Amino acid sequence: MATITEGVMQKASVKDKVTKLLGVNSLDARLSLVFIGIAFIAFLLGGILGLLQGLNRAGLLELPAWLNYYQVLTAHGVLLVLVFSTTFTIGYFYAALSHTLGGLLPKVRKMGWVALGLMVIGVVFVATTIIRGNASVMYTFYPPMQASPWFYVGLVFLVIGIWVTAFGAFINVAHWRKNHRGEHLPLLAYFATGVFVLLFFGSFGVTAEVLYILPWAFGWTDTINVILTRTLFWSFGHTLVNIWYLTAVSTWYIAIPKLIGGKLFSDSLARLVVILLVILNITGGFHHQIIDPGITPQIKFMHVFMSLAIGFPSMMTAFAMFAVFERAGRKKGAKGLLGWFKVLPWGDVRFLAPMIAMISFIPAGAGGIAQTNFQLNQVVHNTMYIVGHFHLTLGVSVVMSFCGAVYWLVPHLTKRVLTPAMNKIGVAQTIIWTLGMTLMSGAMHWVGLQGSPRRTSYTTYGDNATALGWDPYLFLLAIGGTLLIIGCILMFYIVFNLMFLAPKGETEFPIAEPEEDALPTPKWTERWTMIIVLMLAVVAMAYVIPLVDMIFNAPPGSPPFRTW
Amino acid sequence: MKIHRMEEIWLIFGVAIIVISMAITGYQAFAFDMEPPSGTEHIDPQKVDETAPFDNPGVFKTGDNTYEVVMTLQVFSFTPNEIELPKGAEVTFIMTSKDVVHGFQVAGTNLNAMIVPGYVQRITQTFDEPGEYLVLCNEYCGAGHQAMATTITVK
Repeated sequence: MATITEGVMQKASVKDKVTKLLGVNSLDARLSLVFIGIAFIAFLLGGILGLLQGLNRAGLLELPAWLNYYQVLTAHGVLLVLVFSTTFTIGYFYAALSHTLGGLLPKVRKMGWVALGLMVIGVVFVATTIIRGNASVMYTFYPPMQASPWFYVGLVFLVIGIWVTAFGAFINVAHWRKNHRGEHLPLLAYFATGVFVLLFFGSFGVTAEVLYILPWAFGWTDTINVILTRTLFWSFGHTLVNIWYLTAVSTWYIAIPKLIGGKLFSDSLARLVVILLVILNITGGFHHQIIDPGITPQIKFMHVFMSLAIGFPSMMTAFAMFAVFERAGRKKGAKGLLGWFKVLPWGDVRFLAPMIAMISFIPAGAGGIAQTNFQLNQVVHNTMYIVGHFHLTLGVSVVMSFCGAVYWLVPHLTKRVLTPAMNKIGVAQTIIWTLGMTLMSGAMHWVGLQGSPRRTSYTTYGDNATALGWDPYLFLLAIGGTLLIIGCILMFYIVFNLMFLAPKGETEFPIAEPEEDALPTPKWTERWTMIIVLMLAVVAMAYVIPLVDMIFNAPPGSPPFRTW
Repeated sequence: MKIHRMEEIWLIFGVAIIVISMAITGYQAFAFDMEPPSGTEHIDPQKVDETAPFDNPGVFKTGDNTYEVVMTLQVFSFTPNEIELPKGAEVTFIMTSKDVVHGFQVAGTNLNAMIVPGYVQRITQTFDEPGEYLVLCNEYCGAGHQAMATTITVK
């Protein structure tokens, strides 16, 4: 018995050593690179469409008849919210699993390619229907607006693709755990597990929604329960937001301390953050529906509490990050209360970009707490304020974290290096992006507070005085958008350079080590079954009563409409 | 699992912010009837024109400077539109949609509600300041969404 275990251990450690020597498994790297490549193609296209909207919204650009504003907006949302974020997350975590678990299993790698194929088919369906003008329904596709049925078929393919990658990750993690009994899953793989658990369970709602819509879209059923579809959508939409956030946070905890010469703050607390985000995540959906009918204020209030609970792990993260910065700075000899702040490597884009991401999360998080807080939401719901909010969270915190990871992840995978010249371009990109987003998001917040609505093309509502007063802010928004397209093109060039042009060399996958005096991580953090059961219990508390009420106490349904 | 003393203080501070803000908004909402619009009354969205009170949309005086506005929303208009009200009027808007989801928002006030087919939404506002208020649809509803607006004039 002992010899068998030893044999397995030996085999595993030999495999670990081989991976370490060779740096990266090139077969795994190719899969991740294709996912990341697709992510940044979507990023560029989505950015260009974003610029068109910004210019139109400010009254500076009239879109041609064949390119409707709402068509552009739908494509912008789908490309950035669904395609960019999801493909990057998968590419990044598959690279992380390959690196920390000693390579992907051949079976899992195959599943990755199958998933990629499914997602490409899905995107083709979705993109074709949007381009042909048959699906100008926004990425939220609220019924009873009805897109071409093939739009929903595309969404089904996308979701199945996501599920295949989630199962691939579970298989790889389970395999590692079987061969490493009694050991803790490496922290980055732990984050990956959390993200894929959320991707899998979080997409149940939208899957149910799309399967419910499909027969209606093909004309086999006559009417649809509108409020039910909105609720199912946001059970997913809200989770998706936090999946990006958890992905971004994983780079903050694990890569950044290593890059700035520091150590991991606390392995246990980082795992606790993952656990809390997994358990508390899915249940905030109704804060997107605070002024919807058909849901009682009491249930909405409970959801608001559940979604604000996310503030707790966020506060833990903020503390951990600044503690890491201070310790790293003091180790370098920084003196005084804030001396450590100055010695941080501001000229290193691998630090600067994610640091901007963290800083922007402070106003973004505070604004989020304000706008989601029950009747306060009524002041800003569906105004430009909301758009300003998620361009700070998704557009800065998440995008800058993802870009920050690109500078080491892509050269690690392609066996190239980030040159000082490319670092400079990266710093410029980060500054331009920050300026652009500050202008654009700031203008959106301000004009939204005054009542300017989201998802609306250029209009003065018949030269209404109130609406005309919004124009100067919308002009600022367009200036911000113009800066952003420069940042967008620069970033695309950087990714292209790191993939194909940068000089050959070795780039490390930065994984922070624990402090010498770190305490051991408690064993219960490995009990995923318990975590998932707790998560499902919280989801049941939040959703069983309102969903049953919506289904069994439904108003007469709605027939389909095509209003564009 | 050991948590640093400073971190404990920080986290208590964080939880306190959330709990206190929820307590204040919750108290206001449930004690002073400031809940967000959450209409649970049903209506057949295909029979709005035949269902009271929407068979006769309009502005109705219900008491001493209190009014009811019975309103339907449809692509891409509000019925009735160009509403006129006296200063200080307390108005309850009773609304439903005849087709897709619309939004009812009055710039410069807290009036904001989703109008979802199948449900009746009610929302009340007192207009203390005279002037022209812009009413607009804030939920994307189709090609003419940017034209879906009207005004409330308070004299």
